Amino acid sequence: MSAVADTHAQDHHHGPAKGISRWLLTTNHKDIGSMYLIFSFAMFLLGGSMAMVIRAELFQPGLQIVEPEFFNQMTTMHGLIMVFGAVMPAFVGLANWMLPLMVGAPDMALPRMNNWSFWLLPCAFLILVSTLFMQGGAPDFGWTFYAPLSTTYGPPSTTFFIFAVHIMGVSSIMGAINVIATILNMRAPGMTLMKMPLFVWTWLITAFLLIAVMPVLAGVVTMMLMDIHFGTSFFDAAGGGDPVLFQHVFWFFGHPEVYIMILPAFGAISHIVAAFSRKPLFGYASMVYAVGAIAVLSFVVWAHHMFTVGMPLAGQLFFMYATLLIAVPTGVKVFNWVTTMFRGSLSFEAPMLFAVAFIILFTIGGFSGLMLAIAPADFQYHDTYFVVAHFHYVLVPGAIFGIFASAYFWLPKWTGHMYDETLAKTHFWLSFIGMNLAFFPMHFLGLAGMPRRIPDYALQFTDFNMISSIGAFMFGATQLLFLFIVVKCARGGEKAPAKPWDGAEGLEWTVPSPAPYHTFSTPPEVK
Amino acid sequence: MRVHAKRAVALAAGLLLPVTVMADWTMNMSPGVTSTSNQIFTLHMTILWICVAIGVVVFGVMFWSIFAHRKSRGAKPANFHENTLVEVLWTIVPLAILVAMAIPATTTLVEMYDTTESDVDIKITGYQWRWQYEYIDDDFSFFSNMSTPRDQIRNRQAKGEHYLLEVDNPVVIPVGKKVRFLLTANDVIHSWWVPEFGVKKDAIPGFINETWTRVDEPGTYRGQCTELCGKDHGFMPVVVKAVPEEEYNAWVAEQREAAETERQLTEKDWTLDELMERGERAYATACASCHQADGSGMPPAFPALKGSPMALEDMAGHIEIVVNGSPGTSMQAFGNQLSEVDLAAVITYERNAWGNNTGEMVTPKEIFDYKNQQ
Repeated sequence: MSAVADTHAQDHHHGPAKGISRWLLTTNHKDIGSMYLIFSFAMFLLGGSMAMVIRAELFQPGLQIVEPEFFNQMTTMHGLIMVFGAVMPAFVGLANWMLPLMVGAPDMALPRMNNWSFWLLPCAFLILVSTLFMQGGAPDFGWTFYAPLSTTYGPPSTTFFIFAVHIMGVSSIMGAINVIATILNMRAPGMTLMKMPLFVWTWLITAFLLIAVMPVLAGVVTMMLMDIHFGTSFFDAAGGGDPVLFQHVFWFFGHPEVYIMILPAFGAISHIVAAFSRKPLFGYASMVYAVGAIAVLSFVVWAHHMFTVGMPLAGQLFFMYATLLIAVPTGVKVFNWVTTMFRGSLSFEAPMLFAVAFIILFTIGGFSGLMLAIAPADFQYHDTYFVVAHFHYVLVPGAIFGIFASAYFWLPKWTGHMYDETLAKTHFWLSFIGMNLAFFPMHFLGLAGMPRRIPDYALQFTDFNMISSIGAFMFGATQLLFLFIVVKCARGGEKAPAKPWDGAEGLEWTVPSPAPYHTFSTPPEVK
Repeated sequence: MRVHAKRAVALAAGLLLPVTVMADWTMNMSPGVTSTSNQIFTLHMTILWICVAIGVVVFGVMFWSIFAHRKSRGAKPANFHENTLVEVLWTIVPLAILVAMAIPATTTLVEMYDTTESDVDIKITGYQWRWQYEYIDDDFSFFSNMSTPRDQIRNRQAKGEHYLLEVDNPVVIPVGKKVRFLLTANDVIHSWWVPEFGVKKDAIPGFINETWTRVDEPGTYRGQCTELCGKDHGFMPVVVKAVPEEEYNAWVAEQREAAETERQLTEKDWTLDELMERGERAYATACASCHQADGSGMPPAFPALKGSPMALEDMAGHIEIVVNGSPGTSMQAFGNQLSEVDLAAVITYERNAWGNNTGEMVTPKEIFDYKNQQ
């Protein structure tokens, strides 16, 4: 990021401060965006290394490397770190960098709160990761932390986990308020809602989802805290409580949460596909409506995660129908992207490669989601590796590839240099192959009957597990290459013009590359 | 990049070579042996083929664009960005497909929920980490523990054919009869799954869930717990033996007799050696997964019993914690899980094993009296 600093040293009145205070006290959306992105990548590597431990243990049947209790800590921490530490902060980082540039605003609406919401995150994760070194170990009840395994039967560190979740929640809510305030109040004159770039639209809707559900998560962990320390029995059947209540409250948060992790990627992909097809996005208005419909529906489908808990038939049917409905707006989005590519003039630089892989593989994840929605069939799929395959197909090539595509797309704007295209393409192909090798066989494992979250498995699952582990190691190692590419790009390289992609549209390409420390001090005019 | 792919495949093939002898490349769901599992299989295949068909069309258009509309081939971009007819169509058509799919799914679901008119009722209780099967009409029950030796799990011994999927006491059901399962749990949430039956249901403390099956094919069917339930979640298999009715009746008679014998054992006069011997076995199945075979435990969650003040001095406290458990911790109440004989044997064993040589002994009668006082 030094390139950014150097360029702005000439900007005499309002350049960045020097030294550590620049980062600790900054209220600049670009600095905060960079910190979010760096933090999320660090968490991605940490969560990823835990996945490596999991896949190493599952390489062969039998217990070789870790004990079952540590294995459970790894699956739990991997999930928590990837969801709350890698994917969500990465999107907030992209929002920080790009939203003001895209709507023609000088900064985020609430810059000091912006600084605070970032710096809460390292604190939260310091607490969460420190549980690994506590007596009794880290949380070991899965990232979904179902009670009473996480309350009555949880390790002593559960309290620290609850505190960490509270801090993350505060950070996310503040970030979301900031996004909404920026988008609704600070758009350039002439930029009506239906002229906003799609990334702005998807983030606006995501922010509303965040504000709606993060308090629910805070509520459920607070109930856990009360059960553990203050003698209540929300989730303890022996005291008249209800363990299934936990799942209802958790998934009321949890389902919108999965859209929180994908909607901003939908927005970014829409820009990238249009840019590299050199053709306007097909069906802009229907894209906006589809995202809105997905967001609304996401509140009424939560119990499809709970088809086996013994809901009444009517509940079962309602949640099955509502879940099937989500396929309609999601389908519309995929059709629109494909139609945007149709009769375009396509080129395949790294952002486009990741975007195309996103569309194909996310759709495959969507297909398995459709299968899971069929309640009777879900009795066979539920809590098997089929589910693991499904959500990794929507999260890895969905959220993560979306983030990579965005990073390559906007790196020239951030650093002022072009990244190394050959290395980036290598990064793509290794990730693509590794990811499919790791996760596609999991479909077969699940269908053949392998439950998830087990440290050891019956012998008929040996072969596909081995392939899956090899793919996972390949995918994991490849991400170090991404680090190298970004560092190399930040340090130097071919100078990037203001608009490095000939098909790209939007206000962010009207400012020079790298984007000056202060942009749009006077708002641009949008026609 | 292709080179990398080739290398990965070569590497994978090389590593897999030794195991391909016993290779099992099952890629799809099993149709199973019940009408439910067959219906589920049909639904599964239908929705799979619908997805494949949609995929072929969508990806077909996409790959055609990737192939034909490349800038490097001189493609000039069109400028269209809207078409109301097309957009309405691709909203309506998927909706119609989904409705068509929802109808058979609903029918199957209604059938799966019909637990009425059962011939046999079995109550299944999930414990960390074993299953209890209670034949409600015949007044006997037993625990089903994984029987795979720890040495196989620790790779000190070759793994058996049914590695991790074998138990000491399988649950036995008659073929051709509607068997209703009532599911609950004693500690955390478990989930009882037999893939071949198409039956999976959560066992939740404080709830009784119902499900059913009718198996026509005699045989042994294997499944596992599918809800994360703590450290040995991967080691609590389900094994169901479906047998012809006469065989089933004979088995039930035998179980009832064994239960009666067990009750009489309480009256017998036991010696320390006899209790130690029985206690060692009971300890291995009920206690060792937490407190470890050598009594060293895994503090702080699972305290050591070897040299613990309770096992050495406090006899009354020892009986109480084993029978009633310790609320708010993972120490369960074993009073209803083990017979009086096994309770007495386990406590005696814990007070005399691993150098805890108190020489003290608890008799089944004392446990019986203790439970009756409560």
